[in-house]
Amino acid sequence: MVNLREIKGRINSTKSTQKTTKAMQMVSSSKLRRAESNAKAYVPYMEKIQDVVGAIAAGTKDSGHPMLTTRPVKKTAYLVIGSDRGLAGAYNSSILRQLQRTINERHKSKDEYVIFAVGRVVRDYFVKRDHNVIGSVVALPDQPTFADIKEIARNAVGMFIDGAYDELYMYYNHFESAISQVVTEKKVLPLTDIAPSTSNAAYEFEPSGEAILEVLLPQYAESLIYGALLDGKASEHASRMTAMRNATDNASDLIADLSLQYNRARQAAITQEITEIVGGAAALE
Amino acid sequence: MKTVTVNIVTPDGPVYDAEVTMVIAKTTSGEIGVLPGHIPMVAPLAIGAVKLKKEGGQTELAAVNGGFIEVRPDKISILAPSAEVAETIDLARAKAALARAEQRLQQKQDNIDFKRAELALQRALNRINVQEGNI
Repeated sequence: MVNLREIKGRINSTKSTQKTTKAMQMVSSSKLRRAESNAKAYVPYMEKIQDVVGAIAAGTKDSGHPMLTTRPVKKTAYLVIGSDRGLAGAYNSSILRQLQRTINERHKSKDEYVIFAVGRVVRDYFVKRDHNVIGSVVALPDQPTFADIKEIARNAVGMFIDGAYDELYMYYNHFESAISQVVTEKKVLPLTDIAPSTSNAAYEFEPSGEAILEVLLPQYAESLIYGALLDGKASEHASRMTAMRNATDNASDLIADLSLQYNRARQAAITQEITEIVGGAAALE
Repeated sequence: MKTVTVNIVTPDGPVYDAEVTMVIAKTTSGEIGVLPGHIPMVAPLAIGAVKLKKEGGQTELAAVNGGFIEVRPDKISILAPSAEVAETIDLARAKAALARAEQRLQQKQDNIDFKRAELALQRALNRINVQEGNI
């Protein structure tokens, strides 16, 4: 016979787990709201900078700026944006799986690429497998500011300019909606697909177009990276929220099953007792 | 008096948005004053204060850390990695940053660190100056 005490214990422990997952779900959903509003605050900056970069790049064709020219690719850099903690469903694993597949397809040896890792899970994954991790940020706050990733973004852009690698790709989860996040690969450098500006204002450049590109392009590339980080953070919270909601639902199912079992067992125990009493009484007559 | 809309935008969101009669900013090649109706222009900015003259004569100050200014006849945008208007500057934090940068400069490590500390020093000084209003 199933042990009543044992079942009771399992029900209680599942209940307390459910409390935790439920709390985590609510925390994530409020963080998601903040992350979404952060991403929204960032949009005007991005649009503006895109606009100006487009206008200037169109005005100064063939500037020969290193960030605009495509070089023969000898080495590739991947900037991977993941999270510090797990319990976020397939958030990290789907990125890592896709990137690993891409790397296997594109590269023959580990010398052909380097990795920038954002998030502890990502860093540990690549360090453990002896990949060339040349930069990492961990323990980012849930609502990161530009200052938090300025350094890695600056490094990533600076090393491209110095010729340490010839391409820079970003991998992150694009936030589509609270239930759907898509692993996205984006080419950051060289900047080949700058959208032409919508406003056809002919600008005066002070002191010169080249001098401005010198300042503007790194700032643009850094802001692309920051945009991806905000997007990734929103996805992380959404993905954690979904994972925790599933866990909470599963706990409810489990508790229902266990309660049924518990009641059956209790009933069986009572029936048995009655049978024994009745049997005992009959033996006395 | 004619006015022009000024936006100061950073990756962390818009910082300033108002009608002003004149903008004075510090570009990498010197200070410029921009009045309404200026021809379209783009210029990179140095770490410095931006003076925003309002109608009625009062002047507002903003600390802008690099980035660039985009001028159109009816609109001026300043895009910077970070920027604050005078009232929102955290003076204690800026002073702490200043002390940290000074300390680092005295230690004289390798070149990159030196440059970074110098920039940090400039930013901190700029913030303090703007907050205290002595420009």
